[in-house]
Amino acid sequence: MTPLLSVQNLTKHYGHHIGCADVSFDLYPGEVMGIVGESGSGKSTLLNCMAGHLAPDAGHVVFDTRADGPRDTVTMSEPERRMLSRTDWAFVHQHARDGLRMGVSAGGNVGERLMAVGARNYGDIRDQATDWLQRVEIDAARVDDRPTTFSGGMQQRLQIARNLVTGPRLVFMDEPTGGLDVSVQARLLDLVRGLVRDMGLSAIIVTHDLAVVRLLADRLMVMKSGHVVEAGLTDQVLDDPQHAYSQLLVSSVLQV
Amino acid sequence: MTDQAYNFAYLDEQTKRMIRRAILKALAVPGYQVPFASREMPMPYGWGTGGVQVSAAVLTPKDTFKVIDQGADDTTNAVSIRSFFERTAGVETTTATAQATVIQTRHRIPEATLTEGQILVYQVPIPEPLRFLEPRESETRKMHELEEYGLMHVKLYEDISRHGHIATSYAYPVKVEGRYVMDPSPIPKFDNPKLSDCPAIQLFGAGREQRIYALPPYTQVVSLDFEDHPFEPSKADHPCGMCAAEDSYLDEVIVDDAGGRMFVCSDTDYCEARQAAGHRGKDAA
Repeated sequence: MTPLLSVQNLTKHYGHHIGCADVSFDLYPGEVMGIVGESGSGKSTLLNCMAGHLAPDAGHVVFDTRADGPRDTVTMSEPERRMLSRTDWAFVHQHARDGLRMGVSAGGNVGERLMAVGARNYGDIRDQATDWLQRVEIDAARVDDRPTTFSGGMQQRLQIARNLVTGPRLVFMDEPTGGLDVSVQARLLDLVRGLVRDMGLSAIIVTHDLAVVRLLADRLMVMKSGHVVEAGLTDQVLDDPQHAYSQLLVSSVLQV
Repeated sequence: MTDQAYNFAYLDEQTKRMIRRAILKALAVPGYQVPFASREMPMPYGWGTGGVQVSAAVLTPKDTFKVIDQGADDTTNAVSIRSFFERTAGVETTTATAQATVIQTRHRIPEATLTEGQILVYQVPIPEPLRFLEPRESETRKMHELEEYGLMHVKLYEDISRHGHIATSYAYPVKVEGRYVMDPSPIPKFDNPKLSDCPAIQLFGAGREQRIYALPPYTQVVSLDFEDHPFEPSKADHPCGMCAAEDSYLDEVIVDDAGGRMFVCSDTDYCEARQAAGHRGKDAA
């Protein structure tokens, strides 16, 4: 089986400072990969390099495209990469405001990706937008309201709807539950888990919240100072951490 | 200082060459916004500094010059720009569209059909059609470069969802030769069909934003729309009060404080020519 995404020796430096170094892994279709680590450990740098938002200094990110099979997205031309990020990829930002157009109605936000890939029928776009709002548990009557009138949790769900409307195969999530209160987090996680299972999505989730990866991720990578210090099945890493840092991370979770 | 102290058409020759180079590039890539080193002009930004510079660069001593402001030859902007070029270039001026070789316009396309050999110069306040959707200039340039115009339809989508129809009535975005999306300057969308397949050269100058773009003769220009909400040019549903024209773009004029109003052609030359030919509207004195 060809991996959907194959990352090889991905490295990014900020001057002399290491962003992330020598990261390699394979992600198979339908698999959810969690990346955990403390602030500044290079999680977001790694995610941005994979999603094409940052140019890595070395390494390859090979994505199994629908049309041409495995292609290196680092050396791919920019139009092709941007096309990928509108169709087969999705990126969920930590702050919904970064991923939404706050001046455009909810329906317009969801419809933007459809229009970007050539949808030109207002009725169809609107129907799909309404359908997706309902799938992320937003009342269809709010299709014409702006995201500024939405609560934080609703904005985050709207961002997810906007990203999934074109049926992507790979979703990058940067702390999708950060900044939400616990009950809203739980609903959102439930929703994401349902969507990932129903649509057979693969996902890479960056977070510092171990509960999130326990719930969502099949596999886990632990990062420290730009390096992957431990990787394996989620339960295995969390229940029997081998590296000193992973042990510290797992033992620092507050028990209620 | 005498008027002879100015170079022909106010700008120095070096500046005019620079602007002509930008114009040639703009004509070669229809709809593409070419940056140019816009000069300070002796009028405020917003009064047509871009259009004036383009006019100055294309004017020759043999040209006949016409200026319209919202279709009218006799409003402040039109009068001052016309007298500016009368003084600095000494070219002949006219109000008759058919006799003019260079027409500078603010926010209208003349009703009379333009012909080969004429140049229509638009004054453009904001050349970037994506500006209010995507404030980052670096990003909009990339979007033009990669032909990512989905966002333009988001604006039209918002119009329909809020008003039930495409409510954008001026500066209606167009696609040029299937490639660049262009802001046709704030002309009413009634004029949009006239942009396409026009025998005259159309030049657009934005002074403050330092951009020139162009449509060569007989360029295909399509107004953006949705399949189920097609583009419709619109005008006030009345005949002209002065000349009874049914096919021209109309201004609404409030005539008293009791709700009285009349509709008159915004193109004064067109209206006067029709009145001279004996057409009389219901409000004609």
